[in-house]
Amino acid sequence: MNNADGAKAGGAESPTNTVDSANSANSASSANSLNTVDWAAVRAEFPILDQEVQGRRLVYLDSAASSQKPRAVIDALVRYYEHDNANVHRGLHELSTRATTAYEGAREKVARYLGAASAEEVVFTRGTTEGVNLVANTWGPANLRAGDVVLLTEMEHHSNLVPWMLLAERLGLRLRHVPVTDEGLLDLAKLPELLTPEVKLFAFTHISNSLGTVNPVAQLCAAARAVGAVTLVDAAQSVGHLPVNVQELGCDFLVFSGHKMCAPTGIGALYGRRALLEAMPPWHGGGEMINSVTFEKVTFKAPPHRFEAGTPNIAGAVGLGAAVDYLEKLGRAAIFAHDQQLVGYAMERLAGVPGLRIIGPPRGGAQRAGLVSFVMEAAHPHDLTTFADRYGLALRGGHHCNQPLMRKWRLPGTTRASFYFYNTTGEVDRMVEVLHEAHRFFR
Amino acid sequence: MDSELEELYQQVILDHSKRPRNFGELGEGAVHVHGDNPSCGDEIHLHVLFGPEGLVEDVKFTGQGCAISQASASMMTTKLKGKPREEAVAMARAFHDLVTMEVSDPPRMLGDLRLLNGVRKFPQRVKCATLAWRAFEQAVQQSPGGEVAVSTEDLA
Repeated sequence: MNNADGAKAGGAESPTNTVDSANSANSASSANSLNTVDWAAVRAEFPILDQEVQGRRLVYLDSAASSQKPRAVIDALVRYYEHDNANVHRGLHELSTRATTAYEGAREKVARYLGAASAEEVVFTRGTTEGVNLVANTWGPANLRAGDVVLLTEMEHHSNLVPWMLLAERLGLRLRHVPVTDEGLLDLAKLPELLTPEVKLFAFTHISNSLGTVNPVAQLCAAARAVGAVTLVDAAQSVGHLPVNVQELGCDFLVFSGHKMCAPTGIGALYGRRALLEAMPPWHGGGEMINSVTFEKVTFKAPPHRFEAGTPNIAGAVGLGAAVDYLEKLGRAAIFAHDQQLVGYAMERLAGVPGLRIIGPPRGGAQRAGLVSFVMEAAHPHDLTTFADRYGLALRGGHHCNQPLMRKWRLPGTTRASFYFYNTTGEVDRMVEVLHEAHRFFR
Repeated sequence: MDSELEELYQQVILDHSKRPRNFGELGEGAVHVHGDNPSCGDEIHLHVLFGPEGLVEDVKFTGQGCAISQASASMMTTKLKGKPREEAVAMARAFHDLVTMEVSDPPRMLGDLRLLNGVRKFPQRVKCATLAWRAFEQAVQQSPGGEVAVSTEDLA
């Protein structure tokens, strides 16, 4: 692949060069031309990356678990707390007005970022997990009855499995799973027999957190629509990495977490098509979500506030808004091209590590996001990850909240390296060096 | 090479993980416990045969997991065989202390198990080391028959 060659030629210290080659290989370049992004300067905006751990230079390759935060996001939080902090929506004083403006302003930003028709379609949540649970607990009981089918896939994170298992138990639903091929792709040939008219909801991930597979969301949504099924997309791994437009994808619900896209932890959002949200009963009851309350009767606000009981994570939303601004400035097409370039290079280099097997889609193409899972014959994922940690390398080892899939493939788990735009080919080289060392040690 | 890594993965430990001793099953009359470390996915099936005098007559295990969990299980079986029940239980307690706190002078009765002392510097790996022992502590309270389950998340 030219990408990887270009990366090598560019050398470890020249991430800008390496991106140029990705640009030429990727048609999805945005208005923010890749050539104009100085990735080394971008990396310098992440204070946490400039440190040693275990006496070695930190190499952070665990962004699929949680991304690091740029100065712009950290500053936005500090600014909010130092100048504007107050409760939202009911204050009659200046700070409350500012806090409300900041909070609702963040909602507008998220709505634009997702291509939603309006900000009313964006409900703030604690993250992806809460988003799935919200839909399962409100849309679910209002629309599903015993015998209905919820279609999932074998590559779902536990957060898009367990809420549906709980609901299935409660309502007597049936669950089906689209199988995953040995190459780590959804077995779309099986879709017609699974996606039948009894399916009322099809919930699936955009990008697999353990395999790196990028699923054809628009195609899956269209197939679901054809049988009258509602769709929920788990965009936790995608929304900070590639362009996501809910109207182009044609999904009904989409959920994500802020902390995987440069925002703080504890904030995320649920996108829901307006007509669906409006027909949904509330989930949590409390302040902020009501119009009027007497001792006998309560009337609820319209979405999105109907689903935001209690004082929300205002600072988190402000941080998420700042993260959206930051990512839009870089351009998500450029970020995805950078991800793909790094993962392509990593896969080529990993192929040279003895006894190492890469899990998930074979290299190349738009089917592989910026993460790679692998197993080393001689070392259990936990031993390998502990070993790497002593060299300053932050990898993730384990089942990645994909236990059923790991069981199916008889894997004890995998070790995963996940990339973001602040990572460099030099860091990939460092990882590969350490993996060679691990092979010598454990074999 | 990192010294704490070398301490964690000493040759003896790696050897036990690659060639586990007493790997297998015991049939009727033995106590069976399935030990599970949900945070990592390590698991072992422990089989303990108690003699009429309360002696640990035989111990075997099967399982899968990281080097630490498998080595700890293997080393435990070699240590427990032939020990009186009370002594074995005391050993389990001493082992727990060994991997969770700074023990300046680990009890001699632990023998080779003292090599696992390096685990205490890796807090995320302590449950890997204690899994087999947690299963053994359960086995002591159990009568022969069907397999019972125990998890490192259960309170000891």
